[in-house]
Amino acid sequence: MTPGVIKVVIIGAYLLLLLLLGLFASRLSRGTSKDFLLASHSIGPFLLLMSLFGTTMTGFALVGSTGEAFAEGVGVYGMLASSSGIVHSLCFFLLGIRLYSWGKKYGYTTQVGFFRDRLDSDKIGIVLFPILVGLVVPYLLVGVISAGKAMEGGTRGDFPGLSESGGLPAWLTELVICSVVLVYVFFGGMRGTAWANTFQTIVFMVLGVVTFSLIANRLAENAIEQGRVQDENGVVRTEPPAGFLDALTIVSGEIPKARRVRDEVTEADQIPTVEAPPQFNTRERLDPWMFLTYMLIPFSVGMFPHLFQHWLTARSAASFKLAVVCHPVFIMIVWVPCVLIGVWATTGLINLPPPFLNMPSENANKILGFMVQSLSSGVLGGFLLAGILAAIMSSLDSQFLCLGTMFTKDIVVHYGGEDRFSDKQVVMISRGFIIAIVVATYLLSLTEIAQTRVFQLGIWCFSGFSSLFPLVFLAIYWRGLTKWGAYAGVLTAAGVWAWLFKLSEFGAIDNWSVNFTLGGREIHTMPVASIFLASLAATVIVSLVTPKPSASTLEKFFPNE
Amino acid sequence: MKSAVWGLVLLLVVLHHDLWFWNDDRLVFGFLPITLAYHAGISLAAGITWFLAIQFAWPPGLDGETIAEAADPGDPEPQEGGAA
Repeated sequence: MTPGVIKVVIIGAYLLLLLLLGLFASRLSRGTSKDFLLASHSIGPFLLLMSLFGTTMTGFALVGSTGEAFAEGVGVYGMLASSSGIVHSLCFFLLGIRLYSWGKKYGYTTQVGFFRDRLDSDKIGIVLFPILVGLVVPYLLVGVISAGKAMEGGTRGDFPGLSESGGLPAWLTELVICSVVLVYVFFGGMRGTAWANTFQTIVFMVLGVVTFSLIANRLAENAIEQGRVQDENGVVRTEPPAGFLDALTIVSGEIPKARRVRDEVTEADQIPTVEAPPQFNTRERLDPWMFLTYMLIPFSVGMFPHLFQHWLTARSAASFKLAVVCHPVFIMIVWVPCVLIGVWATTGLINLPPPFLNMPSENANKILGFMVQSLSSGVLGGFLLAGILAAIMSSLDSQFLCLGTMFTKDIVVHYGGEDRFSDKQVVMISRGFIIAIVVATYLLSLTEIAQTRVFQLGIWCFSGFSSLFPLVFLAIYWRGLTKWGAYAGVLTAAGVWAWLFKLSEFGAIDNWSVNFTLGGREIHTMPVASIFLASLAATVIVSLVTPKPSASTLEKFFPNE
Repeated sequence: MKSAVWGLVLLLVVLHHDLWFWNDDRLVFGFLPITLAYHAGISLAAGITWFLAIQFAWPPGLDGETIAEAADPGDPEPQEGGAA
């Protein structure tokens, strides 16, 4: 068998396992809508930890972290990962357990249901629903397109004629991924999703570490073959790496060298395979204000509809404890190796083909697949690609399920009437919507705009969700929040978001920032900071001057105050 | 103790902004760029801080009965409905 066929067989077997898991989960279903949508509040600490982690770590955790480190340097860990470790757990702690508690008590399934009740306003759903759906769809597309790009990069040259690069065409991977996720979500519902997430999270964590070890060893061998490694006496070393730690030391020793070369060599004098292109300098020159304001992005977790639904699956509030504590550590386990792999790619220890050197930002997300393809055998390459797909699918499933749930509960059941549909019909309607959303997502992923712009859109999506964080936080902790304050906050967030998005030429300008002059110096901030602050101010100010919710509503949510 | 825990969370946020290692390319343990090692340490410290949070700042009374259970204590599987 050729390496390409070996990879396809391994990935096919992995996808089959997932299908079986989803079908098995469906056999344990109680047949109710509560079981299909919320796993009957039965998910214990371990499954909750793994499903929350798997859901928040999209394909970006493996593919994107490596790509961003390749394009921007090791600083991306602080910008994206360690901040998430603090903020995600903060959201689980401050929001997740409260919303779980109220959700279980009052029977919520979606965020819109909660806000309608908390704000005494049916129409808040009309404002929130399209915004939430509009923000989830590009996020879904990021996952689907990441899968296509990772497989294309990881099978590069294995299937000549099938695509321009000789890899599996992206449309085919995207079709298969969407179909597999559809089947296990359709049959397994939330229980199947939680199990599949757990299985996939274990797979991508284990295979991530295996990838790391393998790539370290192979690059260390390359460094020795190229005569780059010297012993303490300055003698060129010829013996192979003596273990994993030795390999790490050899390869990472090239990072500061590469950086010094970048600082000293002009662009015109660069040798492409040895010195990184000028874009690699951006991390060192990143405005500290961008770094500071980037910390608002992880607050998006507080308003992800799919996480809300996962929170409601918990067996008890205590089930959250393991997730709150372990989430930052798990982020570290996945991200540190990926970031190192990304910066190792800039050291010249592996020859990068022209697309990576001419357009590193555009091709950054293919770098992990390319390194796996170049440095591993067919068997290991197949397992590693399966790990990447696992990370991607463990987010896609929850997003598909949550959109199906929102259309069913917030629109059809809410406006059709609770009594109009039997429980079985609610399950069938949810399944119908899930099929429609998967098909729509797949078709959207084939469009030119999605293929070229979706990653830029991703960060704008996260900014949108983050800007709604003040709404959910105040809904839980402030009696004074009014429906008019909520409308003002949501509409302000949407308006400022749209305005800034337009100024950024609809995401076309990379690393677009909102600039201010402070003390005679121009500072650059992430757009999310302006949107977040505007939304917070509008929510608070309008709430202060408009009538409070009814006494019964306040008593319901704040009984002891 | 609860205030101390939230103080630690705030401290983590402040320490996260490590301008002091911004352009430092030293390697820790011979293989980990110092800014990456520092932020990996922030992740570990976050895990410890959140452990202290669940020990000393966990809110009480979160596992109350559901509305349906309150109405019918004998029914272990209440049907889901809208808000009460």
